[in-house]
Amino acid sequence: MIPTPKNLNWMWIWGIVLAFTLVLMIVTGVMLVMHYTPHVDMAFASVEHIMRNVNGGHMIRYLHMNGASLFFFAVYLHIFRGLYYGSYKAPREVTWIIGMLIYLLMMATAFMGYVLPWGQMSFHGTAVITGLFGAIPFVGESLQTWILGGSAVGQPALNRFFSLHYLLPFLITGLVIVHIWAFHTTGNNNPTGVEVRRTSKEEAQKDTLPFWPYFVIKDLYALAIILAIFFAVVGFMPNYLGHPDNYIEGTALKTPSHIVPEWYFLPFYAILRAFDSEVWLVMAVEFLTGGIVDAKFFGVLAMFGAILVLALVPWLDTSSVRSGRYRPMFKIAFWVLVVDFVILTWVGAMPAEGWYPAISLVATTYWFAYFLVILPLLGVFELPLAQLATIVDVFVAYLAAKEALGCDPVATPAE
Amino acid sequence: MLKRLLTTTAAVLSLGLGAAHAAGKSGYVTDYDFSFEGPFGTYDQAQLQRGLQVYTEICSACHGLQYVPIRTLGDEGGPHLPEEQVRAYAEFWEVWDPTLNFGEGDYRPATENDSFPRSSMESAPDLSLMAKARAGFHGPYGLGINQFFKGMGGAEYIASLLAGYTGEEKEEAGTILYENTAFPGGWISMAPPLWGDDVEYADGAPTDVESVSQDVAAFLMWTAEPKLAARKQSGFAGVLMLGILAVLLYFVNKRLWDPIKHPKRQEPAE
Repeated sequence: MIPTPKNLNWMWIWGIVLAFTLVLMIVTGVMLVMHYTPHVDMAFASVEHIMRNVNGGHMIRYLHMNGASLFFFAVYLHIFRGLYYGSYKAPREVTWIIGMLIYLLMMATAFMGYVLPWGQMSFHGTAVITGLFGAIPFVGESLQTWILGGSAVGQPALNRFFSLHYLLPFLITGLVIVHIWAFHTTGNNNPTGVEVRRTSKEEAQKDTLPFWPYFVIKDLYALAIILAIFFAVVGFMPNYLGHPDNYIEGTALKTPSHIVPEWYFLPFYAILRAFDSEVWLVMAVEFLTGGIVDAKFFGVLAMFGAILVLALVPWLDTSSVRSGRYRPMFKIAFWVLVVDFVILTWVGAMPAEGWYPAISLVATTYWFAYFLVILPLLGVFELPLAQLATIVDVFVAYLAAKEALGCDPVATPAE
Repeated sequence: MLKRLLTTTAAVLSLGLGAAHAAGKSGYVTDYDFSFEGPFGTYDQAQLQRGLQVYTEICSACHGLQYVPIRTLGDEGGPHLPEEQVRAYAEFWEVWDPTLNFGEGDYRPATENDSFPRSSMESAPDLSLMAKARAGFHGPYGLGINQFFKGMGGAEYIASLLAGYTGEEKEEAGTILYENTAFPGGWISMAPPLWGDDVEYADGAPTDVESVSQDVAAFLMWTAEPKLAARKQSGFAGVLMLGILAVLLYFVNKRLWDPIKHPKRQEPAE
């Protein structure tokens, strides 16, 4: 029985939710492929065929469509859980890096999947996103043509995106297995960040509980609640998270007035757009590089950089204390980052006019400042709170505190 | 009316949604009460049949419903027309069949297995999905709160648009534009299709512009989302079953963790 720290809290459920969602997406996806036609003239109609003529097709399609949102909702909570409790710190860097690779593949898969219904947003969104590669100096244009298989979004692009959209989930599955293997070799992190004692079997047993049945049942309980909410979204408001324009067949003749990606890309879309040619940093870089790095390319670099700093966080965080629970200053910086992420999501959907570019620039600056300035410096300046020596001490102290307050801790096991 | 419509161009239509959106002055959408709203709302069969009549007699002159199979008019939860009526209705339409005339193709009367014809005019968009392709409600500030409480508002948008003509017109680049309070930008190239008492309902329902607009908007919501009732039923079943499962798992979990959480409570028994 896999020994698991007995104090895992409710933020440790998202892994199970993600594993379930991956299976849900593959199962519904395989069924959708049985009825879908990857052809520019027929793709849109074949999705309508699924919605109208295939038995239960509308539910399969809506589950798959909203499943992507559930996937990203869960992965963002999973990532921020890791950031708060220092799950990325030694010895778990490998787990973190694999997780980041999974996240990158998820984004690629979701983007390519969004192209397949061939609606207006699919079509023009593809043009915008592949255009990012076109912004790379010297090789950009050839690279974009190579990716699309042509000079514009068309049949070759649809075919290869379809192929890759089917392939990548299996790579994700493989990486998920490695991800799980990786944290099984190091053991789970836990809310205190204090390691399970490995000095004797007896001590290790005091700190841990077997995965079955304690955590399986707990995770299943949480999964049931999350899925109930998910089914409410699918059943009662399946198009709430989508964009109405994607119910118009894609055409190059008309461009939507306002091209926006799906909500889960919005934070990075906001970072991409934050650096326009009026930002002095962009002007300076453009001048220094002799115009090679222009505003567009700068934005692309910033967007990929925003994900890169996230991946490099194990080496950017210099604090020896793992859990944010014992880091008073880190706590503030972390919660500002959470708010910052929400603001970026919101501003990414707004048109680039009025106050919005300024807001996105400030929010983007904080994103980079958190990873590149605050985290490295906090490890030096911050005075962490005293930590208890073992998990079981923490657990007992927690129970005592709860009982002293007169509230029953059963409703929140292990926190 | 047809002649005036024929003078419209695709260019104006594309200008309509594109440039007009930025202006954002108009675009007022009334929050009509439709029977299919809310978690348990279903389509009003009589209203869908009236809407079908409006579509057939008025809209279909220019617009098509290319994704809607005619047989689905007989589906439960939809207009639910009797089988022979569906068959008779299908014959009303002509469809292009490429297998006829020794492979040259020819028109033939439609059967119930065909879809509705496409739009007969380049500038008239297909209406199959229009109720999902438009959002009546937005914001505020891009937060999606209005869409959450009022719904996406596709049907409300269509009904408001049809009832939103002010009677003003202007000419722009050789095309006549009509002022409309619901259309983004305020000027639409579609001439007012309803004038009041355009149709005669067999069930004696009111035929003023606003009522007819709502009837056809409800019908177009059905063409866009024919499986709405089945979907809500699945959603309800899903939430109910998962809810029961969650309650059971809550008690299992509570009992399972009890000795861990309350080591003292266990001691007297030992």
